[in-house]
Amino acid sequence: MNRDPLFGSLDPSAADLATLHARLATAAAPDTDVAYITMQSPIGELLLASTEIGLVRVAFQWADHDPLQELADAISPRILRSPKRLRQVAQQLDAYFDGTRRHFDLPFDMRLSHGFRREVLDALLRIDYGATASYADVALDTGRPKAVRAVGTACGMNPLPVVIPCHRVIRSDGSLGQYGGGTEVKRTLLELEGALD
Amino acid sequence: MEQALLTPRPPAKPPFSRVVESHGATVLRVCRALLGPVDADDAWQETFIAALRAYPDVPSGANLEAWLVTIAHRKAIDAARARKRRPTPTAEVPERQVAQPSLPATALWLALADLPDRQRHAVVYHHIAGLAYRQVAQLMDTSESAARKAASDGVASLRIRLKDDDLR
Repeated sequence: MNRDPLFGSLDPSAADLATLHARLATAAAPDTDVAYITMQSPIGELLLASTEIGLVRVAFQWADHDPLQELADAISPRILRSPKRLRQVAQQLDAYFDGTRRHFDLPFDMRLSHGFRREVLDALLRIDYGATASYADVALDTGRPKAVRAVGTACGMNPLPVVIPCHRVIRSDGSLGQYGGGTEVKRTLLELEGALD
Repeated sequence: MEQALLTPRPPAKPPFSRVVESHGATVLRVCRALLGPVDADDAWQETFIAALRAYPDVPSGANLEAWLVTIAHRKAIDAARARKRRPTPTAEVPERQVAQPSLPATALWLALADLPDRQRHAVVYHHIAGLAYRQVAQLMDTSESAARKAASDGVASLRIRLKDDDLR
């Protein structure tokens, strides 16, 4: 619709709207099921999302998918951008990328993973910073030594990459193998942790 | 599988943050036009809080902007009633007003405030919110032709009051 110029003086500026949106996130916190932010990192822009239970999603390089829409469909459309609710997550990730943090001390909401995939994520959390494991090692750790391919699938569908370290799982021959964000991102993370020395 | 093809999923409901990004400006124009600079920001916030609460129950594919304007309409009526109950305003800024209002008082708002309620509502819902007269009539609980006449009379008196050189 072409608005009549008569009403032009009512048009808000981008700054007005940004201020109101930020204030809304605080006032509406009790009714917000998923809070999110985006942040810059050495592996590109990250999207971080939390529920009242904990961190539920880390996404990067989402040119070909829409993680916010996926969260709306899978959890709830009551989603708002809220830097306050993700401050602690962002601080820990910044420290990780600076090399000053080796463990994430955060509550996780694992509801996006079920069954064997969930068991694989639990096994990934047992791989230490700076170490690597093969897909076969992880399969063995879950008690299903033959499920090597399923481990690969579970790693590829990890809803919390970086904080649940699927990047530490490499091929038995020592090559890096696949990674959701690309092999170069995987290499960057492993180099950061000193795992490739 | 075939069943899934025969009954397609309804269109996905966008994350609420995108609803705020898409419609926040229109809702703020409506609140400003109905309430003026001081109360508009609060009404905007109350509109979106109420919308967030009700959002899961809105059918996907609904006209979200019309839905938000309906909520803003009710919030603005509440705010106008509350304002009438407040003691006469003084020149001092009330203490509860923490943030600066985002809109300075303008000739347009003062002219809107002087319109009869029905004309102001019709002008705001049709010319500022972009609702069709059929929707305006529903919102104002009147006929489509009465809504059309109220909007047209309202715009005519705004133009007279503001004169052409003030319009741009």
